[in-house]
Amino acid sequence: MRKSLLAALLLSASSVITPAMAADLRIGLQEDPDVLDPDQSRTFVGRIVYASLCDKLVDITPDLEIIPQLATGWSWSGDGLTLTMDLRDDVTFHDGTPFDAEAVKANIDRSKNLPESRRKSEVKTIQSVEVTGPHQVQFKLNGPDATLLAQFADRSGMMLSPTAAAAAGVDFGAKPICSGPFKFTERVAQDRIVLEKFSDYWNADAINFDKVTFLPIPDTTVRLANLRSGDLDMLERLAATDAASVKGDGSLQYEEAVSLGYQGITINVGNGDRANNPIGQDAKIREAFSLALDRDAINQVVFEGAFAPGNQPYPPTSPWYDKDHPVPARDVEKAKALLKEAGFDSLDVEVQVANNPVQTQLMQVVQSMAAEAGFNVKLKSMEFASLLSDQSAGNYQASQIGWSGRVDPDGNIHQFVTCEGGINDSKYCNPEIDALLDAARTSTDLEIRKAKYDAARDILNADMPLIYLYHVTWIWALSDKLEGFTPYPDGMIRLENVKFK
Amino acid sequence: MTAAADIPVSGADEQPRSGSRAWKKLKANKSAFVGFLLVVFFIAIAILAPLLPIADPTATNWGAIRKAPSAAHWLGTDELGRDILSRMIWGAQASLLAGVVSVLIAVSVGVPFGLISGYFGGWIDQIISRATDALLATPFLILAIALAAFLGPSLTNAMIAIGLSAMPIFIRLTRGEVLAVKTEDYVEGAHAIGLSTPIILARYILPNVFAPILVQATLTIATAIIAEASLSFLGLGQQPPAPSWGSMLNVAKNFMTQAPWMAMWPGIAIFLVVLGFNLLGDGLRDALDPRET
Amino acid sequence: MLSFIARRLAIAIPTIILVSVFVFFLQKLLPGDPALVLAGEERDPETLAFIREKYHLNEPILTQYFYWVGGMLQGHFGISLRTNQPVLELIGDKLPVTIQLAVMAMVIAMIIGIPAGIMSAVKKGTAVDYIANIVALSGLSIPNFWLGIMLIMLVSVHLGWLPASGYESPFVDPLRSLETMIMPAFVLGTALAATLMRHTRSAMLGILRADYVRTARAKGLQERVVVLKHAFRNALLPIVTVSALLFGELLAGAVLTEQIFTIPGFGKLIVDAVFTRDYAVVQGVVMCTAIGFILMNLVADVLYFFLNPRMRTAL
Repeated sequence: MRKSLLAALLLSASSVITPAMAADLRIGLQEDPDVLDPDQSRTFVGRIVYASLCDKLVDITPDLEIIPQLATGWSWSGDGLTLTMDLRDDVTFHDGTPFDAEAVKANIDRSKNLPESRRKSEVKTIQSVEVTGPHQVQFKLNGPDATLLAQFADRSGMMLSPTAAAAAGVDFGAKPICSGPFKFTERVAQDRIVLEKFSDYWNADAINFDKVTFLPIPDTTVRLANLRSGDLDMLERLAATDAASVKGDGSLQYEEAVSLGYQGITINVGNGDRANNPIGQDAKIREAFSLALDRDAINQVVFEGAFAPGNQPYPPTSPWYDKDHPVPARDVEKAKALLKEAGFDSLDVEVQVANNPVQTQLMQVVQSMAAEAGFNVKLKSMEFASLLSDQSAGNYQASQIGWSGRVDPDGNIHQFVTCEGGINDSKYCNPEIDALLDAARTSTDLEIRKAKYDAARDILNADMPLIYLYHVTWIWALSDKLEGFTPYPDGMIRLENVKFK
Repeated sequence: MTAAADIPVSGADEQPRSGSRAWKKLKANKSAFVGFLLVVFFIAIAILAPLLPIADPTATNWGAIRKAPSAAHWLGTDELGRDILSRMIWGAQASLLAGVVSVLIAVSVGVPFGLISGYFGGWIDQIISRATDALLATPFLILAIALAAFLGPSLTNAMIAIGLSAMPIFIRLTRGEVLAVKTEDYVEGAHAIGLSTPIILARYILPNVFAPILVQATLTIATAIIAEASLSFLGLGQQPPAPSWGSMLNVAKNFMTQAPWMAMWPGIAIFLVVLGFNLLGDGLRDALDPRET
Repeated sequence: MLSFIARRLAIAIPTIILVSVFVFFLQKLLPGDPALVLAGEERDPETLAFIREKYHLNEPILTQYFYWVGGMLQGHFGISLRTNQPVLELIGDKLPVTIQLAVMAMVIAMIIGIPAGIMSAVKKGTAVDYIANIVALSGLSIPNFWLGIMLIMLVSVHLGWLPASGYESPFVDPLRSLETMIMPAFVLGTALAATLMRHTRSAMLGILRADYVRTARAKGLQERVVVLKHAFRNALLPIVTVSALLFGELLAGAVLTEQIFTIPGFGKLIVDAVFTRDYAVVQGVVMCTAIGFILMNLVADVLYFFLNPRMRTAL
């Protein structure tokens, strides 16, 4: 009697505890994501959640090659105006709706036509989607677009259940229904987002967790403390200054990947009256400013060497990086000479910076380096919301800002420096650049594209509307109980084949 | 943040009296005297900062980043290799200035409103009182955060934001005191002999509401210093590279494990100076309160 | 009695209207275009125009105010610009968290503050009084957020005793809930304990001098009985009144504490909303806090009224 009771207790205990212990993954995020609707979403951190929630037409490899996900293969027509895509036929959405060509058409239509859509510019070149078979679609474009596949590897390629999207409309984000490895369970704003395993997932064998919980914990020290205490299993965006301590901790694993984005200083060269100052008008002065900075030292001082110094929109490790313009070494004498040539011994420059400790620390280092070349940098620390509106309105001289990065090189450059570019806050305008970058985005030939980008780099390096400083390295810290994690340069967390040891 | 609960409940003085008795009482009060010394010490440091033989608080040193306290840097160095001791000393200026200036703003705006409201009564009192209620109902720090964000992050704007947020306490306090005083015989007498309203306010009313306002002001300085630190902690106060204790804490929290001293010193300094003002304020309250002997 | 409450309510209404005006115009003055924040990194011009249209950002400010007030009167507090969640739902999610924090902080404050206040009143002028006072003032003088950081560093990072952040509902996992809340509640409670101790002390001092306490003493009752049974019982009401007032302040005090401990409550909601220019949330939360504060004041007034009939004329 006693024995059987004990056995029953043990049995129930093990059935309750073991699976829960084995397969609940808790991930610490740096911010709370915004609305969970891929068509309306606008934050980097939201994309981390989508990586588990919503599958895309295509995915990328760590080397940025485009590979199949929901699409099994694709081909371009000779004129580059038609993209034919074959789709998986074994996929269902979390609500049981089957995934097919009609679903793709409905999704692209939604990205294009939902008034709240933030994807419009990404799918602008798609004129129509034609269903050419139950699992085949054709995208008809109004002009060649080399960036389209890369867009399909991100939010524009995420497939929502068409039935759920039609029913929920603009409120889809309250209960997102996709076809990814995990389905949405609950969200408590600023506290947690809980997903549970989708048993009918087409690639279910690669998924080893029953439940994933994302916990936004903005303070990096607190996030790390939670990982150490076992309250988290992994975290994203570890502070570079904590890297050494994680590497030295036997119970933690350290993973990193240089990001696709950049951080730098945007100079107002033509955005209203405030561009009318020496640094806005004279490229030589901007070059002097750039030469005054020791990018390696900045990386060492602020990021303990964990990030990647840079001088272009793509990191030096990227295939798109132009090796003819390597990261310049610091040259204070030359900087002084250039400044002198422009007619100044010293020059006041006001740089606005977001009021978070890391960016402020960065700019204080820049400030003290530039001072040695004669630049009297005044920092204007602002809340990000104010910084953005001043920058867009042209109410600034120079602004420290970054870009989270896109898979296709076009996303890192075209909209910033072309005359009509949507986020060209510098208002740099050069028809030659427009021609080169337009050509680069319409050709599907990699070599031609590279040649165009290199030609543009020659001009942009001389004109320097943006002074690039460094590329963030995504750093993940994981409990040593986990294995199988692969770092990606897009900063996402892909849970396929990740498991507890 | 908790100052509203500290509004002294003292009554009005019977008549104007010299401060000497109060000073004696204050000196006899040991804890008040400790508070007085703390306050004087920090004021002296803040004023003498430019004369002290310390490092430039903004001089960076890439070779000495986040070094623990040592003979060269008594309190250690910060994330840019700057000397924390000299940043603490210069930071004292920012913190004390923020405390004093914001309270001056609160007093100079709040007291006249309180005087008018209490003395004239009627609809003008109703308007001022309801507006005061409304301001008091909006949490102090939230009001300050919104104001500071509106004005843009800077030490001056933080002072204005804190001052305006602390103002309603002074309106309400002054109004209450005026209500108590204005029915006194000597005020009625001044009326009877035909003195003008400004003279009555200045000569008879104001001196009699002075004591509780002084007490409240001292205690509010304590609150304001913490508020400045809180705003700077959120990035809305003193701007880099100039130091303030709150902004030092804001940076320090990212280095809690690697460089705990960065967070320790500013916290201790805020604690001591706020304690000083609180002790002094309490002592003043006891010394100026006519009911306790 | 009823007319007294009615009068207080009548005063509360214009106050609430004024709060709505303050809140609305103050945050409309905030620099930074919310449409830019909401449009995403690309800031597509078409999207910008749509957002401005949708949230009436292009219309005259007075029109915007009436949209908002009109909505509130119909029970619509608006939709969070950031997460698309209804503001009322967000408030419903967050309020219990902050109330739990506030209640726990209040309990801690009472456990520390009231006995300390009684002790220091009974032993007035002795070392006990002196020390209690200094300790209380110290609690009041420590910046909350700094104490929070230090506790996280010591208790969570070094000792690993308590989680550094997070929240669990007490209805789901009471133990975990207690674990995550105890440290923030302590941080918040220390400042309160000081205030409570000082009010308890002065209330007790007043009563210990009263005639009936002297009578009780004269009857030869034990001092302990005199203090606890006669004096403290009578001091309890003013203490409760003060506590009601302090409770309103706790909501404000929670702002930074929640930020430090990453507690998904009211304070964190509003700070994040201010920084992301989530207008609807800022407006809704401040309105709720203000109404709560005014109600608490009302409760305190009514309690006071019961307690002290002389107040009838003073008011």
